[in-house]
Amino acid sequence: MTELPGSRHSAFQVLSGMLSLPAGARVGIGPGLAALVLVAIVVASICAPLYVPHDPLAMDAMARLRPPSSEHLLGTDPYGRDIFSRVMTGGRVSLLIGVGAAIVSVTVGLAIGLVAGFFRTVDGIVMRIMDSLMAIPAILLAIALVALNGPSLGSVIIAITVPEVPRVVRLVRSVVLSAREEPYVEAAIALGSSMPKILLQHLMPNTLAPLIVQGTYICASAILIEAILSFLGAGVSTEIPTWGNIMAEGRSYFQIKPGLIFWPGLLLSLCILCINLLGDTARDLLDPRMKKREG
Amino acid sequence: MKFKSRDLSAARRILKIRDLRVGLSGRPDAEPVLDGIDLDIHAGETHCLVGESGSGKSVTSLATMGLLPKDALEVQGGQIDLEGFEITSATPQQMRRLRAQRIAMIFQEPMTALNPVLRVGEQIEEVLAMHTDLSQSDAKARTLDIMEQVHLPDVDRIYAAFPHQLSGGQRQRIMIAMALVLDPDLLIADEPTTALDVTTQLQILKLIEEMQERHGTAVLFITHDMGVVAEIADTVSVMQKGRIVERAPIRTLLTAPKEEYTRKLLTAVPNLAPRAGRAAPDAAAVLRVEGLEMTYGGGWFRTAGGVRAAQDVTFDIAPGRTLGIVGESGSGKSTVARCIMRLIDPTGGEVVVAGTEIAQMSRRQLGPHRKHFQIVFQDPYRSLNPRWTVARSLCEGPINFGTPKAEAMARAAELLELVELPRDAMTRYPHQFSGGQRQRIAIARAVAMQPDLLVADEAVSALDVSVQAQVLGLLEDVQKRFGIAMLFITHDLRVAAQICDDVVVMQKGRVVEQGAATDVLTNPRHSYTRSLIEAAPGRNWDFANFRALGGAQAEQGTTA
Repeated sequence: MTELPGSRHSAFQVLSGMLSLPAGARVGIGPGLAALVLVAIVVASICAPLYVPHDPLAMDAMARLRPPSSEHLLGTDPYGRDIFSRVMTGGRVSLLIGVGAAIVSVTVGLAIGLVAGFFRTVDGIVMRIMDSLMAIPAILLAIALVALNGPSLGSVIIAITVPEVPRVVRLVRSVVLSAREEPYVEAAIALGSSMPKILLQHLMPNTLAPLIVQGTYICASAILIEAILSFLGAGVSTEIPTWGNIMAEGRSYFQIKPGLIFWPGLLLSLCILCINLLGDTARDLLDPRMKKREG
Repeated sequence: MKFKSRDLSAARRILKIRDLRVGLSGRPDAEPVLDGIDLDIHAGETHCLVGESGSGKSVTSLATMGLLPKDALEVQGGQIDLEGFEITSATPQQMRRLRAQRIAMIFQEPMTALNPVLRVGEQIEEVLAMHTDLSQSDAKARTLDIMEQVHLPDVDRIYAAFPHQLSGGQRQRIMIAMALVLDPDLLIADEPTTALDVTTQLQILKLIEEMQERHGTAVLFITHDMGVVAEIADTVSVMQKGRIVERAPIRTLLTAPKEEYTRKLLTAVPNLAPRAGRAAPDAAAVLRVEGLEMTYGGGWFRTAGGVRAAQDVTFDIAPGRTLGIVGESGSGKSTVARCIMRLIDPTGGEVVVAGTEIAQMSRRQLGPHRKHFQIVFQDPYRSLNPRWTVARSLCEGPINFGTPKAEAMARAAELLELVELPRDAMTRYPHQFSGGQRQRIAIARAVAMQPDLLVADEAVSALDVSVQAQVLGLLEDVQKRFGIAMLFITHDLRVAAQICDDVVVMQKGRVVEQGAATDVLTNPRHSYTRSLIEAAPGRNWDFANFRALGGAQAEQGTTA
């Protein structure tokens, strides 16, 4: 610890230094369990191709709507495809969309928010655009965007990101607005630091803690919105299994084969529950009031 | 200087604290926060608790109110006896009845102590509604009466006002009214005038004294300001690190302090008598301000007029000299400092630093000139980036101006030595330092740029007196060594008297008087300057030498 931070510190040290986590902060058993379940789901989804017994797309007209058996763990769907293989493989796309949408919206929102918060002239214009985006219901906007761009993975991520960005921008902007009044920022101006340097080195670190929390919520809601879009037929192509797609297809057979909706639904709910729980924990840990009590 | 010298030993004893010990909750073996406090307060007495920050003054008052933060601090022994009632073992219900009725408290910041969304009259009435059975009309009558007693003007209007519509002094009057409406036996005042201007402070101190005489209240007054103590105290207890190190009647304490710590505390209090002026050098002025003007708002077409925060401000500073701008809050002194630093853009006038006109430059043009003028801010807790090491903060400026990093680091290490901080401070973070140490770092950061002009905006106002004296010494040292011109913004005339060669007095955005510090402070010409000097508490007492100030000055102060 003899050099300037950022030069030789481990990534963790830098991160916890940036977020100024209280030393010895304790976390209950709930969040630990949530993390465990989430990791299990993520690993199982990523590794799905390695262990699923059937090709999730292979149809078998002779084996339609089979009940669970040793060959088909959760039975088969109306086209004779293995439900277990489909649900496990479907998680990959759903999670990819969740994480992708979170990363894209946080990155874009951070950039716009920093600029809007710091430059008064840009602020008015940018924020009115963000306001108008927020005025349109997220699902409607997403459906419209997918309809415009065609149903692909990328366009679904964009469709989910666009309504989320204004929320991130507002958050970042509010943090920057209060942080830019800090004397240390004024001191940096007096020391001749350039605007990009002040933005990136003095102001941005302040936004990271709330952004991580916001990111987890976006991730959870993106998975959900993807499911809704797929369910409405506006999601990724029906050939790619996602949790939303599987449920959408299964809804007409719900009464004879509830597993078609139950299993992807269960994983989806578990996933969102765990992510939200972790987000809450992160929020509690990063809350300045918590820090005060600790230190 | 007239001190209070009443004999109160015959009066009824209101509060008796014996061997009070307070420590961290659940950690009986940790260092105690209060370590065996004894305290007696009689009816009608004003007992001052003085000490530096962290000495345990406020904890004593909170323990007496039964308001210690439960999860952080707890009473670990001793007794607090309010006329036979034991507070340390009282239930929350008993305490709630006790507060307001028998003990009341006023705080430093009346804006945060009042509820911003309720009318102030209603807030006083609420106290009555909770603790008495008065009918609504009686309660209102009593509220208006107490508001009259604290000399609020136009009581009916203020009754219906919200806290933000009142001035700081008026808010503090409301707090006092609220505290005294139930006629308590003991009033605890925790730095009640620290956030106020001197002239307002004087009025509030007078008011507390008047109310005390009228109601016979015992007052426990907590302050760090020796001037205030000299004005109002009957008895003084000096606290240090959770103990009371000395207790004496006010005159005895100020003339013949026994303890080393008390002496140190008193010696650090700067005198209101200005120091001898230094010879003015011949060199050309480093800073020349001419007709500086700053108007906030006013709309696009300047039809609305706007707020004139500074008008027609003109002065200059030669190298190695210090010019002070004094005035109360809202006088525009900080606006002038920020205009000169170009943290805000002045709406008119000229600012010439080291031969270059900077007031009208664009931000981009200004860049290369920034190194000529640097600033030290008031709040040492916010003026350093908490996420940066000290070394990184110190190197920021020089690196911006092209100094190689290794060189900047070496220079930073030298500067740390200059401001008397250990070398290992380089790798530490701001939160690992005390307020005074952080202010030293901030000074080192400014000096690292080798500026011609250093602006100190209330740079010692947030510090304890002993630390204040050290930081002032450091500033002077730095000035001598590098021949820097200094612009010193302060509301504290004592500080101004100690460090400034020249003084500019500002009121409502205008300069009302300016000249050599010795002239302005001993022979003020403008009535506003005079009222400022007269309002300075304990102005006739030379604390550092334990005697009254030289006769001539005392005379002038009183006859003016």
